[in-house]
Amino acid sequence: MMSPVSLSQTSKRETPSTPPFAGGERWTDTAVRLLVRSLVVLLIVALWWTASASGSLSADLLPSPAQVIAACVGLVSDGDLAQALSISLYRAFVGFFIGSGIGLVLGLFAGLLKVGEQLVDAPMQIFRAIPFIALLPLFITWFGIGEYSKVMLIISATIFPVYLNTYGGARNVDKKLIEMARSFKLSSARIALRIVLPTSLPSIFVGLRYSSSTALLALVVSEQLNASSGIGYLLMTANQQQNSDIVIAIVIVYAIFGVLLDMFWRLAEHFALPWRAKIAL
Amino acid sequence: MNTVRLQAGSDAIGPRALAPRVALQGVSKIYNGRAVLDGIDLDLAPGEFLAVLGPSGTGKTTLLRLLAGLERVDGGTVGVPKVHSVVFQEPRLVPGQRVWKNVVVSDRWSAASRERALSALREVGLQDKAQSWPKDLSGGEAQRVALARALVHEPELLLLDEPFAALDALTRIKMHALVDELWRAHLPTVVLVTHDIDEALLLADRVIVLREGKVQRDIALSEPRPRDRSSAVLGRLRTGLLRDLGVDQGQHTGVAQQVTV
Repeated sequence: MMSPVSLSQTSKRETPSTPPFAGGERWTDTAVRLLVRSLVVLLIVALWWTASASGSLSADLLPSPAQVIAACVGLVSDGDLAQALSISLYRAFVGFFIGSGIGLVLGLFAGLLKVGEQLVDAPMQIFRAIPFIALLPLFITWFGIGEYSKVMLIISATIFPVYLNTYGGARNVDKKLIEMARSFKLSSARIALRIVLPTSLPSIFVGLRYSSSTALLALVVSEQLNASSGIGYLLMTANQQQNSDIVIAIVIVYAIFGVLLDMFWRLAEHFALPWRAKIAL
Repeated sequence: MNTVRLQAGSDAIGPRALAPRVALQGVSKIYNGRAVLDGIDLDLAPGEFLAVLGPSGTGKTTLLRLLAGLERVDGGTVGVPKVHSVVFQEPRLVPGQRVWKNVVVSDRWSAASRERALSALREVGLQDKAQSWPKDLSGGEAQRVALARALVHEPELLLLDEPFAALDALTRIKMHALVDELWRAHLPTVVLVTHDIDEALLLADRVIVLREGKVQRDIALSEPRPRDRSSAVLGRLRTGLLRDLGVDQGQHTGVAQQVTV
């Protein structure tokens, strides 16, 4: 039996959707969360330390934290690290910018234009099936063992994440928004600039973020297989000389790179995409 | 069946004096061999407020999409005014653009268009949300922005496709008052597609019921506005419309009852 007063049949929340992290957390909660997180890290380091100190962990396999710190200090103080870093960062940045630039342009071309999709997408889908590391020997043959082969490897590693996410982002814009735009008589150029591009920006950011870590990976690979400079070279030399403290120190440098990259992209998204639900920083 | 094919949205009325602003002649639309609309004739006078009711799948939304130029007819002609706009069931705001830019999404963005957006937002009571992002709006606010976007160019024809169906009951009542007010201020011709009989009775001058691709009922309403949803005249009409829509109301005649078909 129907109730005499049934006000809402299809009711929906009338409250604005609250973003998951936007200031909803009290600072005490944040402090506790950070404390717990850092405690876990400290615990792992403490375990490592005691294992080294008690002699149950051989210094040849894994040097103690103190040795690794000393190696880090040594690398920094004698300038080896700074020199290697500048060379490696240069390779990574050049490769990343060129690769992501190509990926972005091709992705927009295929994502915005039918003709672009027909021309670009099929070959891109074929090429992306190739693991980029497999190209290294070929690149050495083609471009020699100098800078070119390394930068080319990074380029070929970074094109696809950006291409796929840009193309996918542009193609997955809500059809209803496009229909709205048509009903309001927007020109194709305005649909692209005002609707498709901003709406696919989060997806483009995913691509850039992903390709920046792929650039790092390609850097490691290319510098370890053939190099006479850079942090990968430093790592390989240390490894050949059985200096595992330096090896670990350089692995930590790579890890710091990764963390910094992640922070960079979080910040970039925070400022470039203010219209999205807030992201935890 | 009339086989003249005209692109929906073009002005098919021609130079006749006193021509109705919206004219459908023998309009048919066929999906998968089934005529969703089967020879619809419909004339709307300028400023007329039409509500379209009908069971699900009877082509109410198709009719509206033909008027909006989003679909083409399979037969017959559609004539609509040049300046027309749509409010969809969902707000369809661009999430990456601020509210005011959403309102003037089809204009060149400038100080002048911003002023236009602000005055349209003022009319729907959201002038202080001009700089907000769509994600920070409630469902009702977002739909009011969609209404401002539809009204900003002073359309001669305003097409409303179940615009309040997703809102809660109290917000919906407020939206009804707002639409009534805006319609009286601007007097566009309105076509409102709805499931909600009360909404149709409160707002429209004329209610049609679509059934099996045809106009089954065409009722003129002359109740003064703003209307009282508990008035006896509306109650009788409601009972009649429910019968047309195939709902047997039985002994339930509670005046406050809102029935959604």
